Amino acid sequence: MVVLPLSQHVGAPCEPLIQVGDKVKAGQKVAESSAFCSAPIHSPVFGEVKAIEPHLTFTSAKVMSIVIAPFEEQQEERIVVPRDETELTPEVIREIVKEAGIVGLGGAAFPTHVKLSPPKEKPIDTVIINGCECEPYLTVDHRNLLEKPEKIIDGLKLIMKTVSAKQGYIAIEDNKPDAIETILKHCEKEVEIDVVALKTKYPQGAEKQLIKAILKREVPSGGLPFDVGALVQNVGTTIAISEAVREGKPLIERIITVSGQGIKEAKNLLVKIGTLARELIDFCGDVVGETGKIIFGGPMTGYALFTLDVPVVKGTSGIVVIPKKMTPELRDQIDLCIRCGRCVEACPSRIMPNFILDFTLAEKLDLVEKYGVLDCIECGCCGFVCPTKRPFVQLIRYAKGKILEEKKA
Amino acid sequence: MEVMLVLKAVAALGGLGLVFGSLLEVTSRKFAVEVDPRVSLLLAVLPGANCGACGLPGCEAAAEAIASGKIPIDSCVAGGQETLEAVARVMGVEVTTLIEPFRAFIRCGGGRGKVSLRFLYDGVADCVIAEKTTHGDLACSYGCLGLGSCVKSCPFDALSIGENHLPVVNWAKCTGCGICVSICPRKIISLVPEKAQIGVACNSKDKGPVVRKICQVGCIACNACVKVCESGAITLVDNLAIIDYKKCTFCGKCIEKCPTKCIVLL
Repeated sequence: MVVLPLSQHVGAPCEPLIQVGDKVKAGQKVAESSAFCSAPIHSPVFGEVKAIEPHLTFTSAKVMSIVIAPFEEQQEERIVVPRDETELTPEVIREIVKEAGIVGLGGAAFPTHVKLSPPKEKPIDTVIINGCECEPYLTVDHRNLLEKPEKIIDGLKLIMKTVSAKQGYIAIEDNKPDAIETILKHCEKEVEIDVVALKTKYPQGAEKQLIKAILKREVPSGGLPFDVGALVQNVGTTIAISEAVREGKPLIERIITVSGQGIKEAKNLLVKIGTLARELIDFCGDVVGETGKIIFGGPMTGYALFTLDVPVVKGTSGIVVIPKKMTPELRDQIDLCIRCGRCVEACPSRIMPNFILDFTLAEKLDLVEKYGVLDCIECGCCGFVCPTKRPFVQLIRYAKGKILEEKKA
Repeated sequence: MEVMLVLKAVAALGGLGLVFGSLLEVTSRKFAVEVDPRVSLLLAVLPGANCGACGLPGCEAAAEAIASGKIPIDSCVAGGQETLEAVARVMGVEVTTLIEPFRAFIRCGGGRGKVSLRFLYDGVADCVIAEKTTHGDLACSYGCLGLGSCVKSCPFDALSIGENHLPVVNWAKCTGCGICVSICPRKIISLVPEKAQIGVACNSKDKGPVVRKICQVGCIACNACVKVCESGAITLVDNLAIIDYKKCTFCGKCIEKCPTKCIVLL
């Protein structure tokens, strides 16, 4: 059983193109939206559409989804249009990326073709390929760097061509010397591509922090990377771009880390989008010992699951099983701030989470916004260092949602 | 010599006082603001809880608006008939309407132990925040989260959280202002006429079998109450029994008939 939520990216949700009972091929487009900021969804398997109904997703909300039952024998539909380099204009590449349904695979799931279309007055001079793991426990980027270096370099060149950038960087954390070596070996001849080794820390893989670390340029508050002439793409996304352009492969599978002290055998798996979390846990030999939390995504920004019947979506980078002895006890109230200021020191966006928390609790949304809540990247560092373990990210997510809602109205 | 100094100082200060005093007197007469005397009288008869149910920021704003005729004299929902009559006396008009007093009613009986949980919630104790960020820990997506946003919002201290995590309305204190109704993220609280004696303590629009699985006291849309009701006051809308209080005779037959006991005596 494969479950494809119709909204697994940032932007407008898709509309189904098929009906219940239809047979779909692997790679066939099953849903799309006419909005610019959206990405179509393809069937990852050859099978029959069983239902189009609301299905539980990892955020614990029910989202309209297409449920497909795969057949025993699989076949895949791929439309490969052989093109030589001169035919691959930026417009053509953008169109291919859009049709392939590619979104940012680092976790945010922002439609890639939108990122590849920066406004004219903001030219991009540098493209950074993000090979810094987005969170602890996850090793997706590491595996990709080791196993598909040619595709990464090819994808980077395609991105640079699309946005006419002169310089490309591949950023890798310094705890992965084997990956650095592999990539260096493969881009010896590439003059415009550099490999940078960065200090291993969290959140090194966050877009704005990465730009600051490599280019020493700071994305202004409320701005986007193209404001400083940079574009960041995750290694997984880069590989997907290369595969879409060269092999005509839509985004129907991705690499996922299944890890944590509570799983029998930690693995990186190539998974079809829409696979249920239960199947991944079973494949890795099930959980061992007393489970505390099963987290969808990374341990810092992920969502704790209460059921394993939730599908993997395009933005899922991992499933982490944390044993009971490592999870904190449930509390019945929020503790008060002791004014130690550790959250302020820890914040990579350099905002003051303590004030934002207090203002949110007091429903002073104008002050919350003034203190820069919209610059928060929800990395969870503040909550991690807080000695009284205040629920920072929950309140920040709530405040952000509320502010954006009010802005829309 | 020293006597002269003292006299001079007294004369100087006294003179200044006289000048400023007369200036103040003149300006206060010249620039006097006409205040409707009824505003302070109205303020005295309004409840003074600043609940905001009239749609204005507080009782003072309401008093001004009533005095200037911007809002009708029966705008104070919380005050009820008594306040309406007092306001009418101040305004010198006769009361022609009868305010039907309303009370808040919690349309959920699924307290802890009666409805199953999806997970253990360990976040901010506020229903609005919990609903927005986690969609609630209850298996029922219509039920009361029990974190007390309504209790915090009540300007009349009429709500409290009971033993089973469900809010309890103190009918003696409730004025039917409806602030809790607008706060509740799941729209569980509704206003019912004060004379109502029966209510459906369920808000679930899920189908019967779904409700049965997750809640012991939910409305399963079995239609038994609709059939037994002699005055035709109960209808099923979206898998949920709704009582029309204009038709209900409070005979209590539906309470006996309801298999899940979700129709209750108020």
